Amino acid sequence: MTRKRRRLYFVLAGMVTLGLATTLVLIAFQDNLVFFYSPSDVVEKGVEPDRRFRIGGLVEENSVTRTDGDITVAFRVTDQVHAVPVVFRGLLPDLFREGQGIVAEGTLNGQGVFVASEVLAKHDENYMPPEVADALKRAGQWQGEEK
Amino acid sequence: MHRFANPTRFMRLSARILPWAAGLALVLTLAGLVWGLGYAPPDYQQGDTVRIMFVHVPAAWMAMFSYTFMAVASATALIWKHPLADFSAKAAAPIGACFTFIALVTGSLWGQPMWGTWWVWDARLTSVLVLFFLYLGYMALWQAIEDPQKASRAAAILALVGFVNVPIIKFSVDWWYTLHQPASVLRLDGPAIHPSILWPLLVMALAFKAYFVTVLLVRIRSEINLRKIRAMQQARIAEEVGFAAPPAAEITGRT
Repeated sequence: MTRKRRRLYFVLAGMVTLGLATTLVLIAFQDNLVFFYSPSDVVEKGVEPDRRFRIGGLVEENSVTRTDGDITVAFRVTDQVHAVPVVFRGLLPDLFREGQGIVAEGTLNGQGVFVASEVLAKHDENYMPPEVADALKRAGQWQGEEK
Repeated sequence: MHRFANPTRFMRLSARILPWAAGLALVLTLAGLVWGLGYAPPDYQQGDTVRIMFVHVPAAWMAMFSYTFMAVASATALIWKHPLADFSAKAAAPIGACFTFIALVTGSLWGQPMWGTWWVWDARLTSVLVLFFLYLGYMALWQAIEDPQKASRAAAILALVGFVNVPIIKFSVDWWYTLHQPASVLRLDGPAIHPSILWPLLVMALAFKAYFVTVLLVRIRSEINLRKIRAMQQARIAEEVGFAAPPAAEITGRT
């Protein structure tokens, strides 16, 4: 019985130590584990021009302008606190629209405009049939992104 | 608990459960697929692409469940030396690896039309890929060490060390900004999925669980038979060479 007890404590102590070590490592690498930065991160912490990173947020309402025969798109990415202007030349994902969450990869130019080389749509966690979405909008209960 | 840890009793019990588990898995999978692919409504944003979720989400749940099961069985095998715990952990690994693979592939197929990319190195996707490699490493370790007792110890330790990855997978979407969306079903303020889409999803989840039980039982049974054959062969060799047969503690499970 004592041998089993000892093995039990040994395994438990090992798991606790391992858990602590992992937690410390994850906290230490916190800034590197995020897939993208928010506009607030970019505005407040500041990123030097020409460093590649990803920015994520919502496409600001009424900010999308298309020029050059619809190939070049300019819009602003916002987290409702700060907004960063983005330009992108290329194909946008189907889900891209105003109010939609997106993640763009690229660099800041000298004027503080984010020049994106890739734009990904970020889907939210809400799933519903179209009729339910319409009904929610009609009733003014819509809490998700604007369609 | 100790009563059920006896392999002989397990063989009798599992033979009774097996047809029911297999039948349940078959019926639920058919029902879930027909419901999910044929009758559930399309999503307001994703359209019919949402149907990939009926396979992707249950597979991802089972990937994490199988690993948790494997880790608990490994701990039991390490601490209490139950032979059945040992067999269970070993049997669960390939099933979990398959579920992880399905989750990765279906996720990729969904990501291309929805996100605009097959793969990104965000925290959720990367940690699930690590889970897949943990399964493969665990299976490889069993293969690499010939002595089953040594292999079991080494594999069990790997399974326990790798377990830290499971909470990382689950909470990665809450702790860091990821491209993958946060949890829709298992969250504190209730599911964010409309019931018409949620129900077929839950049926599929149950189907996968029943499938897990079925294959797990088959694999444990074959492992027990394999050990029996091994012990018999060893006894025979010993007899031929003229030594007394070794005690077959391995088969009866009475240590």
